[in-house]
Amino acid sequence: MRNYNALGLIFANMHDEAIRDCTAVRSMGSLPFGGRYRLIDFVLSGMVNAGITKVGVITKSNYQSLMDHLGSGKAWDLSRKNEGLYFLPPRSSDDAMYQGRIGSLADVIPFLNHSKEELVILSDCHVVSSMDYQAMLKAHVESGADVTVACQHGVVPTLSDIPVMTLDAEKRVADLLIGRISEEEAYYGVGAYVMRKDWLLRTVTEAVARNQLHFERDVLQRRLGELRIYGYEVPSLMMPIYSVESYFKANLALLENEVREQLFPKSRPVYTKLKDCDPVQYGLHAQVTNSLVGDGAHVDGTVKNCIVFRGANISRHATLENCVIMQNVTVGDNCKLGNVIADKNVVFRNGCRLQGSDSYPVYIAKNSIV
Amino acid sequence: MFRKQECVAMLLAGGQGSRLYALTRRIAKPAVPFGGKYRIIDFPLSNCVNSGIETVGVLTQYQPLELNDYIGSGQPWDLDRMDAGVHVLPPYQRNKGADWYKGTANAIYQNIDFIERYDPEYVLVLSGDHIYKMDYSDMLAQHKANEADCTIAVLDVPKEEASRFGILNTNPDGSIYEFDEKPAVPKSTLASMGIYIFTWDKLRKYLIADEEDTTSQNDFGKNLLPAMLNAGERMFAYRFEGYWKDVGTIDSLWEANMDLLNPKVPLDLADTGWKIYSRNPGMPPHYLADTAQVQNSSITEGCTIGGKVEGSVIFAGVTVEEGAEIVHSILMPGTVVRKGAKVQYAILAEDVEVGAGAVVGESPEEIDNLDRWGVAVVASGIKVGQEGFVPAKAMVEKDVADKEVIPYA
Repeated sequence: MRNYNALGLIFANMHDEAIRDCTAVRSMGSLPFGGRYRLIDFVLSGMVNAGITKVGVITKSNYQSLMDHLGSGKAWDLSRKNEGLYFLPPRSSDDAMYQGRIGSLADVIPFLNHSKEELVILSDCHVVSSMDYQAMLKAHVESGADVTVACQHGVVPTLSDIPVMTLDAEKRVADLLIGRISEEEAYYGVGAYVMRKDWLLRTVTEAVARNQLHFERDVLQRRLGELRIYGYEVPSLMMPIYSVESYFKANLALLENEVREQLFPKSRPVYTKLKDCDPVQYGLHAQVTNSLVGDGAHVDGTVKNCIVFRGANISRHATLENCVIMQNVTVGDNCKLGNVIADKNVVFRNGCRLQGSDSYPVYIAKNSIV
Repeated sequence: MFRKQECVAMLLAGGQGSRLYALTRRIAKPAVPFGGKYRIIDFPLSNCVNSGIETVGVLTQYQPLELNDYIGSGQPWDLDRMDAGVHVLPPYQRNKGADWYKGTANAIYQNIDFIERYDPEYVLVLSGDHIYKMDYSDMLAQHKANEADCTIAVLDVPKEEASRFGILNTNPDGSIYEFDEKPAVPKSTLASMGIYIFTWDKLRKYLIADEEDTTSQNDFGKNLLPAMLNAGERMFAYRFEGYWKDVGTIDSLWEANMDLLNPKVPLDLADTGWKIYSRNPGMPPHYLADTAQVQNSSITEGCTIGGKVEGSVIFAGVTVEEGAEIVHSILMPGTVVRKGAKVQYAILAEDVEVGAGAVVGESPEEIDNLDRWGVAVVASGIKVGQEGFVPAKAMVEKDVADKEVIPYA
């Protein structure tokens, strides 16, 4: 049973530029994570687990891998006769129509007009979490806010348009800056907003008429005094991805029991596209410790503190430590890799040696042969 | 109304599988978990899809609930089709009374109407208790080329094992002249695999005749096939080469799982050209802890391994705590093995809990009298208490108390 009548809108390309290396061939939403997932899986599963049955995915570029991943939405139980998953690419190639979050929203006004839901959740994909959207919807309705901004308290990630906020005792936003200004801890937005659909439609139409296309700057900041904007502090773990380093660290954080328990609670499963891989085969020479391994991988080497994705192949006498090895990567004999992120289909020929540092991992682009 | 299908597959999935004892207490044999993330029925179903057969009737009878749930709409096998696809066919009541499926042939007979609506030329009859990968379209091509009425898939087995099987004696052209059920002195080494293709017109005729014969046991092997042979119908053997295993007993089920860990055994589940599909539980990747030691094993999603795992097949969502040891065993979904427990040469069914320090199963080297050795089995949902002991060959269907020692069977 659903408690709130809400629809989801996911921005698949938001913050692509924060991690250019990995998003050269894909959107932020389709960035692989955690041995078998893509970042969008966490947002999409969160919405589905909150009883939301209508989700639009807004995307503007590099969306082939995203479309391939989402398909009909079946894996998220969103292939439905009524509602389900809607893929919302640009309606025209005219870039002017598609600037900023407001531009993207203006492009999907017909989709919003056709929707019967009262509330809208907007969400970016760059935060890995198992967020309870029901709780956020509840907080929004109870506070009577115009806009509720999901946030966390901590060191602000270095994202260009991140809202940094001061909250009053009632969690109403008293001050709002855009972008990190110091290393001090503060409330920062995690890219999820809740508002009434009719309010959103009116606001987007007005903002476009004034050529104000930046939602955070032109709506939240400019109209802070007149609007009731509330912060919703997400009580569970959130891991924002805003650089290669933060991507690397968030992956390796999965090796902590507590992080896995928070991210994969039994009551809120994370769904993803199924590949029907065979189980992981460990060979006679395998020595694998403190690692997370996805199905279809074949491991016969020494692996320590690594995230190994589906279908990776790690041969005998290879040694890996602190690595993120994506789908279908092959690591040959006598390779020695440390602090390496290997994107999809990378091949390490026999005898490769690569060593990155903890804070600056070596990134090997998709399809490379080393 | 239904689109015509050249070939319809009928999968016999109603058997109890009584020789799997505790493992089929609450589920039908085809639903028994196999190979880390599959169930036995995934093999014939995936073979059908990969062979281009779009219509599959699954005949269920014994403990159908879990099997029905598992098959569902058929989506995991891509068998949720407009009017073809997979159909679960339990026995049902008619205006002239109701019958359970009396035998394999009777099960098909009761579903003649289902087959007829697709107006097929051929019907493929399969059973749900074998592990193999086979291209049925190649078998069908041979059936057509021979202008056969019935084609039976056969496997060339070692001569010393031939007396365990139903043996087909054939002429040089592959036509069958004699059935020899478990012969003491086999004349040939071609064992029937329980896979039949019939030309539908012929099968229909023999099904009806078999039903009218009140002395018949309504079984393909015992009645219908001999009747066809006696009447001089064109019956041929189709030679299959590759891995095939009947997993109808505890030992053969255990062996077939162990075969997956042997690179020399020609059953490649990683082959993307002939995938075996299954319903996926959608769990996170498995985690091997700092203390894990895993060798020569197969492990799938949702597991947390802190102990030693060697030569074993570990299903989804299994926990092996630090200091526990799993050797040459099969741990089905959701099973937990606590600290310091030892599980060897054993099959633990779903959601079993083995308490700290308990021992389940024995290795053949530890036993003086090898007649007493065998794979130990613990039924689903059973708890083995702390420091409890389950000997080799045991079949545990009741909880084992702390420090309780189960006697030899």
